[in-house]
Amino acid sequence: MAAYLLKSKNLINHLKPRIGLFGSIVSDCSLSSCLTHYQKSKFDPNLRNPDEISRIKSTLFVPRRFESVRAEKQLSSHDVDDDEKENSQVLEFPIGKVTFSPEMKFEAESSEQCVPCYRILDDNGQPIAHSNFIELSEDVAVKMYINMLTLQIMDTTFYEAQRQGRISFYVTSTGEEAITVASAAALRIDDVIFPQYREPGVLLWRGFTLQQFTNQLFGNKDDYGKGRQMPVHIGTNKLNYFTVASTIATQIPHAVGAAYSLRMDKKNACAVTYFGDGGTSEGDFHAALNFAAVTESPVIFICRNNGWAISTPVSDQFRSDGVVVKGRAYGVRSIRVDGNDALAIYNAVSAARKMAIEEHKPVLLEALTYRVGHHTTSDDSTKYRPADEIEFWRTKRDPITRFRKWVQQNRWWSDEAESELRNNIRKQIVQAIQNAERLEKPSVTELFTDVYDALPLNLREQESSLRETVRRHPQDYPPDVPV
Amino acid sequence: MSGIVRNKISAFSVQSLQRVGPYALSLRGYSSGAKEMTVRDALNSALDEEMSADPKVFLMGEEVGEYQGAYKVSKGLLEKYGPDRVIDTPVTEAGFAGIGVGAAFYGLKPIVEFMTFNFSMQAIDHIINSAAKSNYMSAGQISVPIVFRGPNGAAAGVAAQHSQCYAAWYGSCPGLKVLAPYLADDARGLLKAVIRDPDPVVFLENELLYSESFPVSSEVLDSSFCLRIGKAKIEKEGTDVTITAYSKMVGHALKAAETLSKEGINAEVINLHSIRPLDRQTINASVRKTNRLVTVEEGFPQHGVGAEICASIVEQSFNYLDAPAERIAGADVPMPYAANLERMALPQVEDIVRATKRACYRSEPRAATA
Repeated sequence: MAAYLLKSKNLINHLKPRIGLFGSIVSDCSLSSCLTHYQKSKFDPNLRNPDEISRIKSTLFVPRRFESVRAEKQLSSHDVDDDEKENSQVLEFPIGKVTFSPEMKFEAESSEQCVPCYRILDDNGQPIAHSNFIELSEDVAVKMYINMLTLQIMDTTFYEAQRQGRISFYVTSTGEEAITVASAAALRIDDVIFPQYREPGVLLWRGFTLQQFTNQLFGNKDDYGKGRQMPVHIGTNKLNYFTVASTIATQIPHAVGAAYSLRMDKKNACAVTYFGDGGTSEGDFHAALNFAAVTESPVIFICRNNGWAISTPVSDQFRSDGVVVKGRAYGVRSIRVDGNDALAIYNAVSAARKMAIEEHKPVLLEALTYRVGHHTTSDDSTKYRPADEIEFWRTKRDPITRFRKWVQQNRWWSDEAESELRNNIRKQIVQAIQNAERLEKPSVTELFTDVYDALPLNLREQESSLRETVRRHPQDYPPDVPV
Repeated sequence: MSGIVRNKISAFSVQSLQRVGPYALSLRGYSSGAKEMTVRDALNSALDEEMSADPKVFLMGEEVGEYQGAYKVSKGLLEKYGPDRVIDTPVTEAGFAGIGVGAAFYGLKPIVEFMTFNFSMQAIDHIINSAAKSNYMSAGQISVPIVFRGPNGAAAGVAAQHSQCYAAWYGSCPGLKVLAPYLADDARGLLKAVIRDPDPVVFLENELLYSESFPVSSEVLDSSFCLRIGKAKIEKEGTDVTITAYSKMVGHALKAAETLSKEGINAEVINLHSIRPLDRQTINASVRKTNRLVTVEEGFPQHGVGAEICASIVEQSFNYLDAPAERIAGADVPMPYAANLERMALPQVEDIVRATKRACYRSEPRAATA
């Protein structure tokens, strides 16, 4: 405390000659506020309550320090209304009008309670009393359910295919089906999507077929991606879904840039980007949110907070109350939603879309969920988390079962429809895999195209020399690659 | 200082114009009454004209708007085009490079300015992984018509973190185009070309060149003027030795050629213009004519632009070489601050003269004297 007083004495000595700079001593607000209080109340330290003295330690200045305070009075008096002068001193800083307080109060690093989480259906798929939400039509609800179940079966089948060695790699969305499908349902086809990699649900909703998914996994000649990317790194501009990149969180500022473009075009559409809890640690996340707020771009940031970034639990990822509180730090409106409640996601995303487009405001949506599957097929999550925890979330908190209960209760679905759909999808996927395996790989031309807009001379030369080499030594090259 | 430099340049260019290649020959008729333009004004006029011609083009970077540009290259643009098209960004290179790439993904044509390419390292992931590779990785579905521009290489007394040359780093990446202008008409013609180009481009300017003035013809001043990307220019024709250079080093090479001509060595100076794609045809044709090569660059020697040029000559014109190629590059140290040390860390005209003489088998000591 003595050290603090010494420091403040120096500050006050400096204040005398530097009248003009008084307003800019932001870092020591408590000091200036104490001076203000001291000056206004004109108190005699000796008369003060000893408890108060210990609380406001920094006000124990010797009276001769009063002179320097006049500077502050000169500066601020013309900024403050006469009424306000009596109650609180306000000074205008570059950030705006700031009210002073004699209390040295640190903003707590977290509030005592977590930000509440919006949900509509309880764990049994029953609407919670007094919840107000947009009613879904039967068509939309059934389509959502079918897509969620398709995604789940697709994931199981492709995961098995990878284990059998038929594809090299796969990423499941198990446990997070509601987030991607329900959010896609709330958007329009003109809204551009910037995914991370765990969002095939959005593609399914928009009409990407099982055969197309499979072709991409096998990298055959019908793959839209021309065999350029790892499995699940899909993109198709026909469905306004930008190609997945393995780099984490780079898609977040991309989305803001695209949103800026949408705003300049005055389009009735927004940009939507998805990322996980781990992605929020990347610098790109922070730059993007900041930028979106400053440029007033119509973008929705959807964070799938599933508790795990490979083996890093959220407690090692950040110490804030999740991701929702970070919105405030950047001036971005935010909401926390139960990610396993399809109805809640649908409603929240609908509302966010309206805000983004009509008010030109970015919105942050944190969907709380759990990553039931492994990070990818290259991961075995039982190595870092208990198997019964995984089992609990797979069964008791399954978003699909929960939504199914609600849909069946509305008599829009039945057990017969369920088993029929399950068989159907499984058959389709197996057939798709057989088709995809039989197809040829892309031709060697595709090794060289798209590096630039137009094929440059050096690549044309390399291509013809490669063709020549393959023709001369066919035994050194795989047979299913057309030259 | 710029006044002195300008006088030197115009005096020199009248002389050298006698010897330059076909394009510049047409300048001869204008040389005596030629209009002059600084590189800064050349860039500014290119930005202005392209922004006027295409409403999708916009400029983004730190201090580009209200401050008129950290080096005043974007002077007057905010006033003319408004804050929607000239954006003063928060201090986050990674942020605004990413946002620029996203805007390009969705159809705009951003020009992202880095205050110096040294700061581009904070955004290099977006330049390489998001911009350069996206057209390929998306199988042609995502094109990225973005330009990253700004000063590159050494200035004067700004030390290691403000002086590195990035031509070699960006030049090694497929998917990017990398250009480095020298004269005012290079700056104008190439910047206009890259803004119109559908591929992502890294445009390496030079802080010390901004104030240098060069003569420009009325053809250059026309708003449709545009140079071809990927074509090197023979600044001075010669017969005895080929000297390649880009950006500021072109000026040094031309001065060295002048000194050498007094000693009977007729050097050919090539202004590379384009680091990627490298105009291997022009360089090889020149070496096949002169049989000797000296490469000059400001950047670090290992894996530099000169290394790639030497490799190209060895692969395509090995039998034409009469002497080993000489490489002149910056010293293999982070740039020091003290003026005398900085001078020793950068190629000087004397270094080029000595190297050229070595290539011509005239014995010369290797090291520079202080």
